[in-house]
Amino acid sequence: MSNETGIDRAAAKRRRQATEAHAQSWGAGFFVKLTLMALIDALGVYGVWTAFKVGSTVIGTVLVVLLIVVNYVYFAKRALPAKYIVPGMVFLLIFQIYVMINTAYVAFTNYGDRHMGTKQDAIEAIVRNSQVLDPDAPVRPVALLLEGDEYHLAYVDEDGQAQVGGQDEPFAADPEATVEGDQVTAVPGYTTVQEAEFEGLGGTRPTKPVTDLLVPLSSDPNAGSMKVMATDFTRGQTYRPGVEYNEAEDALIDRTSKDGQEIVYKANNTTGQFEANGQRYPGGGGWKVMVGFDNFVKLFTDPEIATTFAKVFIWTVVFAFLSVATTFFAGLLLALVFNSDRIRGLKFYRVIMILPYAFPGFMSALLWKNLLNKDYGVINNVILGWIPGFEGVDWLTGSALTAQVSVILVNLWLGYPYMFLVCTGALQSIPGDIMESAKVDGAGPVKRFSKITLPLLFVSVAPLLISSFAFNFNNFNLIYMLTGGGPIPPGDSVNDPGGTDIMISMVYKLAGVGQNPDYGLATALSIIIFIVVGLIAVFSFRKTRSLEDVM
Amino acid sequence: MSSEKQFRDYTAGTARGFTTRTDADRRAAHRKAWWREVGWRHIVAVVVSIYAVFPLVFVVNMAFDPNAGLANQSIFKSFSLQNFSDLFSSRPFGQQLANTLIVGGITAIGTVLMGAAAAYAFSRFRFQGRRFTLTFLLVVQMFPQLLAFVAIYLLVLGLQEVFPVLGMNSLVTVIAIYLGGALGVNTFLMYGFFNTVPVSLDEAAKLDGATHAQIYWTIILRMVAPVLAVVGLLSFISSFSEFVIARLVLTQPEKWTLAVALYDMVGSERHQVWGQFAAGAVISAIPVLVLFLFLQRYIVSGLTAGAVKG
Repeated sequence: MSNETGIDRAAAKRRRQATEAHAQSWGAGFFVKLTLMALIDALGVYGVWTAFKVGSTVIGTVLVVLLIVVNYVYFAKRALPAKYIVPGMVFLLIFQIYVMINTAYVAFTNYGDRHMGTKQDAIEAIVRNSQVLDPDAPVRPVALLLEGDEYHLAYVDEDGQAQVGGQDEPFAADPEATVEGDQVTAVPGYTTVQEAEFEGLGGTRPTKPVTDLLVPLSSDPNAGSMKVMATDFTRGQTYRPGVEYNEAEDALIDRTSKDGQEIVYKANNTTGQFEANGQRYPGGGGWKVMVGFDNFVKLFTDPEIATTFAKVFIWTVVFAFLSVATTFFAGLLLALVFNSDRIRGLKFYRVIMILPYAFPGFMSALLWKNLLNKDYGVINNVILGWIPGFEGVDWLTGSALTAQVSVILVNLWLGYPYMFLVCTGALQSIPGDIMESAKVDGAGPVKRFSKITLPLLFVSVAPLLISSFAFNFNNFNLIYMLTGGGPIPPGDSVNDPGGTDIMISMVYKLAGVGQNPDYGLATALSIIIFIVVGLIAVFSFRKTRSLEDVM
Repeated sequence: MSSEKQFRDYTAGTARGFTTRTDADRRAAHRKAWWREVGWRHIVAVVVSIYAVFPLVFVVNMAFDPNAGLANQSIFKSFSLQNFSDLFSSRPFGQQLANTLIVGGITAIGTVLMGAAAAYAFSRFRFQGRRFTLTFLLVVQMFPQLLAFVAIYLLVLGLQEVFPVLGMNSLVTVIAIYLGGALGVNTFLMYGFFNTVPVSLDEAAKLDGATHAQIYWTIILRMVAPVLAVVGLLSFISSFSEFVIARLVLTQPEKWTLAVALYDMVGSERHQVWGQFAAGAVISAIPVLVLFLFLQRYIVSGLTAGAVKG
């Protein structure tokens, strides 16, 4: 009896422990989930609130949708697989899919530094920047004031009243200011900047933030603005916009020309700029509009851009192809040579031989830039330096051809270890009995190699060759770090495409570092790369049928 | 007796003489065969090893040469630690090193967690849209994020207004952008590996009352640990080497990662500081080299499964 109860009790205890343990672990997981979700929701709600406050409706809406989806997924019982996919998918959708779609959109606009914002922004900027001195208006004594780190101006008007204003803050009467004669000496809430404080900077000659200060005389934009004299910050002059926007005609009227003639620049809503006789208004930018296929047409037909584009495109293909071909043949050759278990120390050799692959790629490219330097590079000075009469080759900046050869050779050094590893793996996976039976059937070594080894090797290596081609097609780091796309033809600017620029580095120059970034043209070029990569992908899927593995 | 001994000596002698002669012949023939079969491969190995290693030897040399990058830059003639002390005193190199480790480390962990979770879902659950999502990922992974960098820049400018921490000059932004590539690149590598873990394990655990989360965290993840290490390492190396996005987002030297910092030292034609570059390269390449050689075998299997080092 007592024995039985003992067993019962033990069993009950075990059961209790089991359920407790289960409940506990589930509980811990649940609390982690709850805490994480609380954090995410708090951040999300904060984000939605700020987004609508600063007027980013799109970001706000996307956040609301994301919050609903995430809460549903993690609190509903049904959405089990989604629980595992959603975190990565959120990042993927925002930082990969959305930006790709936006790239496609920008490619059909004229977005660039001349076409940044809306038409309203463009007009305001043009009018603000067209200020010309009004010679008839009086020069007034002004006081320079500081509030925090923002400069303000104050003067005494015709009625003896002090007027105070700042950038984009029209002058307004300030009855509490102290006035002495025609001079404002103190304004509550501001510190008056004394001449002495500027002495170190050359007396009363004002510096940058002061010379840029433009205070509207009143809220009427045509009243003009006050600005301190370039040589003396204690005196202010009146400036008026030389350009006026006429809403009825949707045109700019420019009165700044020296002969006093008015020029009317009509707004062209298809090109997004103001134009007169086919010339765009020179004193300011336009606005962003959809331009359809203009950017693509420009890439293929604009005399200057089209030839550069054709050159760059051909070189990109040649570079990617030669990179794959040279590294593959070097790697295959090495794999064949070292595909023998009789070589002592092979493991050691192999580690040494793949070192270039382990060394971070961008550092290698920069390092080779030093090795190939004409004056102090080791290649010229040591490796080729012993040749009598050798004067050194200017590898990277001499001519497009030497630079291209250098790029391929450097990429060979960087890439052969990968192909060596891959080919070794492929060779070792070829079953030995096939070779044996071929031998028995009387096939010689050459025939065995060409009829068995090579085809079998290609089957397993082909997809990697394709992805290696795609990788090199966009091998920005190598090109940018080694040659910077150069050598640039004499007479061109630093930001023009050079002899070794590939498409992606040309996109970079068009979009980022140049004087006049043209995002529309740059993204149009990206779209073309997308298409090429897409074609490579389709080709590779056909070849490898990896799509079928998925199913 | 004596004749017998003599005979024995004789035969031994002739035998010895005879064998000596054949030995020499055989050894010569053997050596010839060795050269034909193995020996020349050693020569190739030595030549290729020199080719592989000389630039790396040279960068080490340059790191210790105060004249690096000048016309009188020498080869193992001078030894000084000047470059290293300049590197840390004239720029925030320590901070940049830390930034790189932070960005690379968090990206690697995030990539592993998110990629493994997605791979688990694709491998273990059958749900509507599974085929579509897998195909979609397979297509997306072909397009490098780099291509969309203009749009990424515009997105960052927009996000800055709402979440300043996701704006310009923030390491968080860079990490978030890198994580955008986490699913595309790695899910496939892991998916294949997850499929090799027998489903019977899950089912047994399920019968014992384990939840899906317990199965995932305590059973599956442990079984696939090697592939997690490979994906983590590949992700670390690719964010370590990433240049365009880092340079786009990170504007202040204190925020730079190594790729941007090292490029800044020697990238433009003016103000090249090759000595500091070499010192920085030696310091930052060592952890990567060690990791790489240590995990070499796994990386190779990962690479042949389709990933390409960036």
